[in-house]
Amino acid sequence: MSTPEVGVPRKGGFNFDLCRRNEMLFSKGIKPPSFLKTGTTIVGLVFKDGVVLGADTRATEGPIVADKNCEKIHYMAPNIYCCGAGTAADTEAVTDMISSQLQMHRYATGRESRVVTSLTLLKSHLFSYQGHVSAALVLGGVDVTGPHLHTIYPHGSTDTLPYATMGSGSLAAMAVFESKYKEGLTREEGIELVAEAICSGIFNDLGSGSNVDVCVITKGKTEYLRSHQLPNPRTYVSSKGYTFSKGLTEVLSTKITPLKQKQADTVPEGGDFMEE
Amino acid sequence: MEDMNLNAPHSMGTTIIGVTYAGGVILGADSRTSTGMYVANRASDKITQLDDNIYLCRSGSAADTQIISDYVRYFLHQHTIQQGQPATVKVASNLIRLLSYQNKSMLQAGMIVGGWDKHEGGQIYSIPLGGTILKQPFAIGGSGSSYLYGFFDQAWKEEMTKEEAESLVVKAVSLAIARDGASGGVVRTVTINADGVTRKFYPGDSLPLWHDEVVAHNSFLDILAGSSSPEPMST
Repeated sequence: MSTPEVGVPRKGGFNFDLCRRNEMLFSKGIKPPSFLKTGTTIVGLVFKDGVVLGADTRATEGPIVADKNCEKIHYMAPNIYCCGAGTAADTEAVTDMISSQLQMHRYATGRESRVVTSLTLLKSHLFSYQGHVSAALVLGGVDVTGPHLHTIYPHGSTDTLPYATMGSGSLAAMAVFESKYKEGLTREEGIELVAEAICSGIFNDLGSGSNVDVCVITKGKTEYLRSHQLPNPRTYVSSKGYTFSKGLTEVLSTKITPLKQKQADTVPEGGDFMEE
Repeated sequence: MEDMNLNAPHSMGTTIIGVTYAGGVILGADSRTSTGMYVANRASDKITQLDDNIYLCRSGSAADTQIISDYVRYFLHQHTIQQGQPATVKVASNLIRLLSYQNKSMLQAGMIVGGWDKHEGGQIYSIPLGGTILKQPFAIGGSGSSYLYGFFDQAWKEEMTKEEAESLVVKAVSLAIARDGASGGVVRTVTINADGVTRKFYPGDSLPLWHDEVVAHNSFLDILAGSSSPEPMST
């Protein structure tokens, strides 16, 4: 008979002890260190024969721009991509985990992944963590049942929409969609509207910035347009360039010290030595 | 910007209604989903299907009520296969009550079940926050329901016709939309009776105008239909 040891955490289930501790510390005025957050503008829309996803490329750490050209459109399956806002580590981890589950499911079934499958996997993961995994997602793709666009919130609720925005720049981007979106857009019109919505986030939201990434998914074809637009190019570029040919550094003096050779017996006298 | 709180859990400050009439039931709901002060979805569908002839009106946390309805839809499907006949409204409501009651500390979900079965006809069950269950001739729920108790006490009659009941539901939801800031958008209804299910949709600008309201003017719909240069603030 073994009695459970005192203080040993029980196996299985989730443990929110540290969350409770952090909340207690926070209520006493102790601020925890912040995570890398993607103060973000991400959008998506459904057009005539597919979906277009868009994202800015700024990652922030508090007020600091931590990465000026990061990727926020994540791969889920060849026909499904997912934009992520919130804590960068969480969006990256959750999309990676679910995309590998989708790959396994494709090996098992031999069929193309469906958007609702990714939606259900993502939402049940997020729901089980009760909002502690802070990932706000725009999920889009084309499957055997047609084009689909969904939003997923950190607490696990989902919406199905013809056009969607997320992140701190969602208000700026939604303003563009609400005034210009219509049904049956062409591919080019769709990309243009998505880029305009992202630019609205880049210019009017402090948490968003840098470039526009776009992903166009149609039946049987996916195009990832990294840096589709560059509205914020470098303000200073050296006229001489940043690559240097060999031999440009001037030699001021040369001194050569030859190595002295020394012979030593490497076998120790009494002790053990390694054998091969 | 700070107090808009976009990170707040997605909740449905809602108006939901279920009414029985002679021969069936009618469910009604607005379409607003909000995060803090931001309308996250202005055309959401809060009346979800659980079985062929059983529907659920959801209010409270969107995440919680979606998970509950996903579970119950799955259980009812299994139940139908095992029993070889469709589940009753009572069974569906009891499953929701069970989940609501056993997980009450983790959930924020107020729901109204409506449906029709061959044993007991049209039925409405209300399952409010603590996980109790109430069989009622009519039920109202969500933040908008506070504005409707008096109205229903006055306007609800037993054995109404389908048309009477339908116009009562649309009128009630539009009244709540007019007074409750957390309710808005369009009115959706689902009518369930022996003949099956009918869904209806009433756009925001087709709803009756109440005290102090004015006709929609230069609305978003006008802009889309009208000139190519939108000028929402003109005149």
